Amino acid sequence: MPLEIMIKIQIDGKEYEVEPKKNLLETCLALGFDIPHFCFHAALGSVGACRLCAVKKFRNAEDTKGKIVMSCMEPVVEGLIISTDDEETKQFRAAVIEGLMTNHPHDCPICDEGGECHLQDMTVMTGHNYRRFDFKKRTFQNQNIGPFIHHEMNRCIECYRCVRFYRDYAGGKDLNVFASRNNVYFGRLEDGTLENEFSGNLVEVCPTGVFTDKTLKNHYTRKWDLSNAPSVCTHCSLGCNIIASERYDSLRRIMSRYNGEVNGYFICDRGRFGYEFVNDEKRIRKAEIRSGKTEILTEVDDSTLFSTLKDTFTANKKVIGIGSPRASLEANYALSVLVGSYNFYHGISTKEQDITKTVLNFLQQSGIPTPSLKQIEKADAVLILGEDLVNTAPMMALAVREASRNKGKEMAEKLGIPAWNAHPVMQVAQDAKSPIFIATPFKDSLDEVAETTFRGNLSDIAGLGFAVASALSAEAPTFKLTDKDQQSLAEKIALKLKNANNPVIISGINCGDEQLIRAACNIATALYSAEKKGVLSMVLPESNSMGLAYLEGKSLDDAISLTEKEEIDTLIVLENDLYRRATSTSVEQLFDRCKQVIVLDQLTNKMTLKADIVVPAATFAEAEGTLVNNEGRAQRYYKTIVNKNQVKESWRWLAEMIRIKTDSPSVQWKKFDDITSALIASNAAFAALKNYFSDADFRMLNEKIPRQPLRYSGRTSMHANVAVTETGIQPDIDSPLAFTMEGSHANPPSSLVPFYWSPGWNSVQAVNKYLDEPNGRMKGGDAGIKLIISVENAKTTYFKANIQPVELTKGEFLIVPVYQIFGSDEMSSAASTLSQRIPEPFVYLNPKDAEALKLEADELIQLEIDNTILKIKIRTEASIGLGMAGLSVNLPEMPFVDLPGRGKIYNMKVES
Amino acid sequence: MFSILRTIWLTFLHIFHKTETIEYPEVKPYLPPRYRGRIVLTRDADHNERCVACNLCAAACPVDCISLQATEDETGRRYPEFFRINFSRCIFCGFCEEACPTYAIQLIPDFEMAEYDRQNMVYEKEHLLIDGEGKYHGYNFHKEAGVDMGVKGKGEGKNEETPVDVKDLMP
Repeated sequence: MPLEIMIKIQIDGKEYEVEPKKNLLETCLALGFDIPHFCFHAALGSVGACRLCAVKKFRNAEDTKGKIVMSCMEPVVEGLIISTDDEETKQFRAAVIEGLMTNHPHDCPICDEGGECHLQDMTVMTGHNYRRFDFKKRTFQNQNIGPFIHHEMNRCIECYRCVRFYRDYAGGKDLNVFASRNNVYFGRLEDGTLENEFSGNLVEVCPTGVFTDKTLKNHYTRKWDLSNAPSVCTHCSLGCNIIASERYDSLRRIMSRYNGEVNGYFICDRGRFGYEFVNDEKRIRKAEIRSGKTEILTEVDDSTLFSTLKDTFTANKKVIGIGSPRASLEANYALSVLVGSYNFYHGISTKEQDITKTVLNFLQQSGIPTPSLKQIEKADAVLILGEDLVNTAPMMALAVREASRNKGKEMAEKLGIPAWNAHPVMQVAQDAKSPIFIATPFKDSLDEVAETTFRGNLSDIAGLGFAVASALSAEAPTFKLTDKDQQSLAEKIALKLKNANNPVIISGINCGDEQLIRAACNIATALYSAEKKGVLSMVLPESNSMGLAYLEGKSLDDAISLTEKEEIDTLIVLENDLYRRATSTSVEQLFDRCKQVIVLDQLTNKMTLKADIVVPAATFAEAEGTLVNNEGRAQRYYKTIVNKNQVKESWRWLAEMIRIKTDSPSVQWKKFDDITSALIASNAAFAALKNYFSDADFRMLNEKIPRQPLRYSGRTSMHANVAVTETGIQPDIDSPLAFTMEGSHANPPSSLVPFYWSPGWNSVQAVNKYLDEPNGRMKGGDAGIKLIISVENAKTTYFKANIQPVELTKGEFLIVPVYQIFGSDEMSSAASTLSQRIPEPFVYLNPKDAEALKLEADELIQLEIDNTILKIKIRTEASIGLGMAGLSVNLPEMPFVDLPGRGKIYNMKVES
Repeated sequence: MFSILRTIWLTFLHIFHKTETIEYPEVKPYLPPRYRGRIVLTRDADHNERCVACNLCAAACPVDCISLQATEDETGRRYPEFFRINFSRCIFCGFCEEACPTYAIQLIPDFEMAEYDRQNMVYEKEHLLIDGEGKYHGYNFHKEAGVDMGVKGKGEGKNEETPVDVKDLMP
């Protein structure tokens, strides 16, 4: 792409070189000017509704009078002359705020937005301070809009940001604007839970306190009192960046942390509200040891634990370790060092491990790039094969939604309307969308942006994929579908992908079908070899599935079959509830054949209740760690809570165990940097990490980066009830961050930003001060480093299509997994508020099949699959094919079922 | 010479003045109501806690000796779950009182707070909360705010119109 030619504009008498095609407001914000604004949001564009971002524009150098314009609606053009601090403009802005404040209630002390309120900031910035309006304030009734968000409508200033985000950006349906003039009301038609998966972002999008975080309300803390750390979301494979905040030793809230390549300004509700498990009663905070063969686990102190471990390791020879795709790279590596890589097992099924490896190998060797979410947002054609993005990778679904609007932006650009001019772009676009094709077994909410959806079983979808690949390139294995409509659909998809500039292929391994992955890879290969374009994105099941694939190890099934052959002395399980990954009989067999089981985990579960030694592991909020997301981007999270009781990072426990086991000082991992350097040395693939992440010795202006804002209160009092003598700052040997407010408050490197604040900008809008430009990159580059580097001139190889026709016996159904945004992730399901949104386990069944079985909706059925019998409710779902059923998986109460598979469904009324 | 004699004379005259020194502790000094002494938390005229746990006092405190945690009752009324002042750090500057939007925190003319054990200088809410309104009578923040917290309904506040009927089409 040719570089944009920079143009010259004049602001306050000084000349600047700026990028064209932007609006004046974002240009000014990028240049560091404090222009007050409300309705403009870089991700949502401009609508010019609030009239606050006024600046004065002059016709030419001789013009002294000028005219007031709204900077968000003003394109930057060569020779533009403006003034931001003109007296008349300042008065204008103050008058706008004064108008907005006439109805704003006297709420700040009890408002959750207070202290991080965009309206407060703007009021101070414009200088309005005295109420001259003598009349009464308008009031509204609030609504109960569910467990996540609190609604306080009196505080509204009618900027329309909420509906623009919720409806226009996130595709929500149940939030809208009602009434007219100064009575406009933002809410639902009636009380009820906000349905959209991204509703939590309203908290950050709303410039006042209309929408606030209800989970924060349970333990409310002002922004200035929170101690924060840069963190990475652990609830799916995308690795969205988050800010985790602590006060009085409990995790208070999660906010999104900007990453221009990954999540941008937003995160999904699972990521935002899934944090409560960290504070849960089920947390393991003390080490426990089973005495003899009794049922009782007794809490022990460190010295007893260590002496028991010493006895264990001296007496026992055969020790194996099971890692986890939800534990950090460092923890998994430490375990593999403890037991030896030959005895290290990945803790995922053979099938999952094989597919993950196929994906990783393909991405490493094919030379086909894998896109970031930002690149997906820029796509002009998308093909989704088999993956239910809304539920397995929600932020990717949001990126696809954004991509669907690119067509409209392109149409508008032809008419000379810039992409930031949100409303005209929508008017021009009407229903026009970028070509998006979704091939999944059943419908989801993303279907509405699709040009065509394809429904079928996983083999049908894989077949479609192979047909598309075959249509794209003659080199690809020839594959024609027998169904004429399907074949013409495949050809249409191939054509649209070919004609697009930035086509994106999305698939994932959550549906557990390797043929499907191969089909997606073939499409990407065909597209790339023929057209030199196209990228492939693969969704993985868990936060560190990709990182785990980099480590050498066998699968969980291998461990189980090993115990069938021989008895194991000690089994160490790292942060992994095996009951979610294998049938309970095989897990119990594993337990029986191991003399001693050591479990490191955060929450009490079936595993920890059966273990002989339970070791309390730190969560993401209490530890440092590296996670590798689905695009192979390594990102680091830092602790925000000082570890209390016996809770320690898993890698630290394992390092301790290595010391006990080997009894030699050869491995001495005292601090986080020690283990990361060992990790980097262990595998050439991690070499890139070395220079990227700042080590604990990193200093800014000779000081560590403070986790707490300058206003942090209560230092000499918060622990005074325990001891009035102050203990001082808790040391942090693991990171360049410090548990204090003292230190350099200058902008730290992007991977180390603990919170957003800038003088005059207390709200989340302060993020603009950390960016090159609104919606652009973080200053100094976005956080995270890609471990997958596309190889040049890779050899083109295709997978063979191997599609077996599906033949079902009578009464048999093809069972596919159905994931739920709330419930299918292990840790977030333990969050008390989020768990209210988890549905009861269910089976999707085509209404015709249900009728044939004489079943009605919500009726209990008996499902037989692989010797597992489930009594479960059915949900009739017209989009699922005949002879197919979708089973909700990974929900807290669901036993493990190996899917996709075949099962039988019985009507219990008939049976009884 | 003259100035020395004048000074001796003026000093001599003091013998006949009223004494400024008082026999503390037998005699208590008069302190004006706005003297900045011990900090108390007050109640409103309805005998409810005035503090809404807004954290402004803690933020204003230059020695960071105030800490508290907000919580809510069943009506949604916010109050401090705990409220702690470490008087061994307090400098009695009165910034907390100035910052308080509800007249909850007030400094009173009591200074007799000496302790042998520094730990006893840590006051919890039970030590701080008094039964009266303190220096400022009649103010009830909950009647001014727009939020319904069990004190007044929506639109029943001093300066509020009745809530908008969203379905009304009248101009």
